[in-house]
Amino acid sequence: MDSRILIPPLTEDTIRLLKAGDFVTVQGTIYTARDAAHKRMVETIATGKPLPFDPAGQLIYYTGPCPGFGDHPIGSCGPTTSGRMDGYTVDLLKLGLKGMIGKGERSAEVREAMRKYQAVYLAAVGGAGAYLSRRVVKAEIVAYPDLGPEAIMKLEVVDFPCIVAIDAQGGNLYTEFNKGDK
Amino acid sequence: MRTINSKDITEAVKKAAIEANTLLPTDIYQALQEAYAKEQLPRAKHILEVLLENADLARQEGLALCQDTGLVVVNITFGQEVHVEGSLEEAVNEGIRRGYREGHFRASVVRHPFRRENTGDNTPCVIHTELVPGDGMQLTVFPKGAGSENMGRVAMLKPGAGEQGIIDFVIEAIEMAGGSPCPPLVVGVGVGGNLEVAPYLAKKALMRPLGKPGPHPELEHKLLELINRTGIGPQGLGGNTTALGVNLEVHPTHIASLPVAVNLGCHSTRRCTVEL
Repeated sequence: MDSRILIPPLTEDTIRLLKAGDFVTVQGTIYTARDAAHKRMVETIATGKPLPFDPAGQLIYYTGPCPGFGDHPIGSCGPTTSGRMDGYTVDLLKLGLKGMIGKGERSAEVREAMRKYQAVYLAAVGGAGAYLSRRVVKAEIVAYPDLGPEAIMKLEVVDFPCIVAIDAQGGNLYTEFNKGDK
Repeated sequence: MRTINSKDITEAVKKAAIEANTLLPTDIYQALQEAYAKEQLPRAKHILEVLLENADLARQEGLALCQDTGLVVVNITFGQEVHVEGSLEEAVNEGIRRGYREGHFRASVVRHPFRRENTGDNTPCVIHTELVPGDGMQLTVFPKGAGSENMGRVAMLKPGAGEQGIIDFVIEAIEMAGGSPCPPLVVGVGVGGNLEVAPYLAKKALMRPLGKPGPHPELEHKLLELINRTGIGPQGLGGNTTALGVNLEVHPTHIASLPVAVNLGCHSTRRCTVEL
């Protein structure tokens, strides 16, 4: 499949070109964070302290990977359900986060903030954890090691495949195909 | 009386935990292949191709099919003439502990629902036992991810709602779940019993291999057709393949009750059954 290449940090000019339904491959650095890490980051923002990484221009990948072993830098690492991060996402978008990688629909509040702050939501194939792990060449914990699989990791990815699920103009594959998904 | 040593149970559970997480059951793999052949939408077809490749890679490399290696459910069919030496519960949990460590699987269990500290070894698992005649013992290890489990639902319908009420409830559950439970799904439906039996039946329905006949094949077929007509598709991104199969189980119930439960299994519904 033809796909556009995304290399973070991303600019608004790049974000504007992406349309729901486009295939993209991500190259370079992305950061993992899921439930517990998001809770801590948003608490940190509230106290005015700096985050473990600067989210401006970056992509956050919602995943809690299996540990690496042997010559695997990381174990199975597919996306988790993004909806659980909805309550934390707007605060990160305000700080310049340019995209999220996950699975499943986002809330109306997140979709509106994505339009306002020009960000994109990418779907990776949920449950394809073994397949996606082969696109990660390096993985290191950068914050919250006490959270185990929920720690924030910096990943170096090569040809990491995603589909634009919600674009910055409000185009949305989920509402196009599923009336029940809120 | 036949005696089974708890060490043998631990060893069997350990092997089953590793196999369940790395080898997609044949019936599910074949259902994905058939769906791939039939699917019309190119994006959906591409996703199904990725899922088949994922299963191949997991098998070849000993990688977990999915990073969510689940809260494990272990169903034990327990012969009445079996005596277990030592603690059955501890033997099963030790098997999970060792299997998850050796398999390099993620620890996904927290000790307390409010305090939420990770136990670090994916225990405790959920154990169900069913007593049967004889001196055999069968264990099904069923790692269940939360993406699909969180989308399950139960309702106490009025008996007058009948079959149509059950159909409406199942379709509503699928539409509300959308892409979150990782479609194409295996849909487990439990009908009858009471408030705790219906969800248990729905879980047991998920453990039944696709194509193995249940008590109501016509209703299962009708539900599958309706689910695939929703257009939700693989990952909720559109297509004709929203479910790979529907398994429905029933149980006697009260004259005033029609309990119904839906337990969703993802496209990689994992299980491994061993006999002792």
